[in-house]
Amino acid sequence: MSESTVDPVEATPFAVRDCALISLATGLKAQNLREFSDILQRVPLESIEHHLWGRLLQPRFDEPEYNNDFASWAYHGLHDKTLAERLSMVVPTDFADQEALRQELVEVLEERLDQCEMVPWAKKDQQFHFLRSQIVVFDSGLRFSRPVDLIPYLAHLSTGSVYYHFIDARNRTTDRCDDFSAWLAGCGPAYQPLRERLCGVDPYFSSLQNLRQIVSALFQSFFEEAAQ
Amino acid sequence: MSCTETNGSLLLDRYAEVTGREVIHHLQQLAAPLKGAKVVHVNSTREGGGVAEILQKLIPLKRALGIDASWEVIQGSPTFYECTKGFHNGLQGMRSPILKQLLAEYEKVNAENAEELRSTLEEADFVVIHDPQPAPLLSHCPERRGRWLWRCHIDASHPYRPVWKYLRQWVIPYDASIFSIPQFAQALPHPQYIVAPSIDPLSEKNRDLPLEELHTVRERFKLDPDLPMMLQVSRYDRFKDPLGVVQACQLAGKLTPLQLVLAGGGATDDPEGEAVLEEVRQAAAGDSRIQVLLLPADAHHTINALQRTADIVLQKSIREGFGLTVAEAMWKGKPVIGGDTGGIRLQVFDHYTGFLVRTPEGAALRIRYLLHRRELLKEMGRRAQRFVGENFLITRHLREYLTMLLGLQSGTQGRMELGL
Repeated sequence: MSESTVDPVEATPFAVRDCALISLATGLKAQNLREFSDILQRVPLESIEHHLWGRLLQPRFDEPEYNNDFASWAYHGLHDKTLAERLSMVVPTDFADQEALRQELVEVLEERLDQCEMVPWAKKDQQFHFLRSQIVVFDSGLRFSRPVDLIPYLAHLSTGSVYYHFIDARNRTTDRCDDFSAWLAGCGPAYQPLRERLCGVDPYFSSLQNLRQIVSALFQSFFEEAAQ
Repeated sequence: MSCTETNGSLLLDRYAEVTGREVIHHLQQLAAPLKGAKVVHVNSTREGGGVAEILQKLIPLKRALGIDASWEVIQGSPTFYECTKGFHNGLQGMRSPILKQLLAEYEKVNAENAEELRSTLEEADFVVIHDPQPAPLLSHCPERRGRWLWRCHIDASHPYRPVWKYLRQWVIPYDASIFSIPQFAQALPHPQYIVAPSIDPLSEKNRDLPLEELHTVRERFKLDPDLPMMLQVSRYDRFKDPLGVVQACQLAGKLTPLQLVLAGGGATDDPEGEAVLEEVRQAAAGDSRIQVLLLPADAHHTINALQRTADIVLQKSIREGFGLTVAEAMWKGKPVIGGDTGGIRLQVFDHYTGFLVRTPEGAALRIRYLLHRRELLKEMGRRAQRFVGENFLITRHLREYLTMLLGLQSGTQGRMELGL
C-alpha cells in the first residue's frame, strides 16, 4: 500500500471538527396536507434541512420506520402510507441545491393532493410543527496525518463530529459524500476501496452512535485486510 | 489548580464514566467561549418537583465547565402559590379563572423578590427564569445587561386562554423562551428554543444500587415477593391521574395478580397535593395490594430502589410537561406505560420502550400484556435504557443549553463557526 499512497507529509492533515445543534420553533404548523404543502413552499430552507438531517442530533427514537420527519408525519399523523413511502425516498443528495430539493418535496405533496378525494388531515395533537436549528461548529484541535492514525480515535468521536463529518459534509463536499472519503481522495489510490465503502453507507437510518460504529469498523477492516 | 477546579474536574470525570470521555470533552470545548459568563437561574422552590431536581445538578455541572452559574429561589406567600397553581392548571388547559386579588399578590410578591435579586439579575450575562412564578422579575430589572430567557416546563400546548393572555405580557419582553417540545411553543415575538429536560445518572435517585438495598426496600414496605409490582412515582396532582392508576391496577388485578405502589411527595409550591392524596387513599382503601406512600422530598434513595424493584412503571398523566419519572424508570431498564400526552410521547414508543395509553382500561390492558410476555418486557426495558442513555441524560441537556447561549450571543443566524 505504501507505494501508492501519498507521503503523509504532503497530504493535508485531517482536521477533526465538532458541532452542536439546538432546535427552534418557527411558529409554523400544519394540520392537513394542503397546509403542509403551502408552508413547505415558504418555510426557511434551514427548516427543511433540520427535518431531513438535523433531527439526527436531536433526542429521538432510533428505530424509525421512516427516515425523515416529513415521511414520519405522513404516516403517523396523516396515516397516508403511500405519501410516507414517497417522501422517504426523496434523497437530499440527488439535488443540486436545497431549493431544488424543496421543489421536489412540494412536487411529491402536490401529486398526492391531486390523487386524494379529500385532503388528508391529522388530529389536533398530531399537527406538524416546523422547526429550524442553530448549529455551532468548532475545531476539536485534533489533526491526523495518516488514515491509519484515525483508527483508535474513530470509536470515540463525539456524535457532533460524526454529524459534521458524515452528515453535514453532504452539503459541503464535491461528491456529496462524507469528509473522510473526500480527504482520502488526496491520500492516494490505495484508499479508493475504503472511500467506496464509506460512500456506500446509508446515513439516514442509523443513529449517530451507530454511524460511528460503522465508520470505525470500515476503517478497521480495511487496514486489517491491507495488512494481510 | 484551585480546590474548586479540582472538584469540578472530579465531577466531570464521574460523568465521563457513564457517558464516555468524548461527551465531556465535547462539553468542555463548547463551554470554552462562555467561560466566566454569569448565568443565573431563578425558580420558586429549592426542593420538590422536576425543575428543582434539574437545577440541583445543572448548576454544579455548569460551574465545573467554568461558567459562573448560580441559582436563586423566590419566596412567596400561600396566596401567591394559590395563584401560581392556578397558572399551572390554566397553562395545562384547565378552565381556572384567577381572581384579581390573587393576581395582585402575584405581582406584589414578584416586586418584593425583585428588590432582593435586582443587582444579581441585572449584572448577569444570562438569566433563566423557570416557569410562570418569577416571570415578572424582568419588568423590575430595567438596567439589565444580559440576555433573559423564560423556561416553560409545563405542557402549554392548549392553555386556558385568559391565563395565557395574562402571563404573555410578562413573557413577551424576554429575549427568548424555551419549551420542552415543539407542541408547547406559543406565538411569541422572540426565538423559541426547544430543549427537552433530562435526568442525572449520578444522582441519588438514579445511581446504581446493590441488590441488598432492593431487598431492604421490599421488606420496609412489606412488598409481596411473589407478586409483580406496578409503580407510579409522582406528586399527588390531578394531571398525574393517580386515581386512574388505581383503577387500572384494580382492573388488571382481577385477571392478573399484582401489587401497586403509588409513591409521591409534595412540592412546596403545590397547595392542592393534600386533597388529591386523600382522594387516592379513599380509592385504595381496603385493597391490601395497593400502597399509597407520601415520601419526603429528599427520599431519592427510596424512589430509586422502588423504581428498580418494580416490574412495570406507570406515568398515566393526562397532561405532562416532560415526565422525568418516565426517563428515570427507563434508565433503570423498566418499560413504561404512560399517558399519551406531552413529553411522555417523546420517550415512550408503543411496543418499543413501553406503551402510550389514554384510559385506565388501556393501562390495564398493557399491564396484562406485558406481565404475560416476560421476555418482551425485559427487551423493552433494555431498549428503554439505551434510549435514555443516548438522549435524556443531563449531558445532552447541558449541551443544548450551551449551544443556545452561544446562539443568543451570536444573534439568530443558523450557523456559527467558532474560531475556524
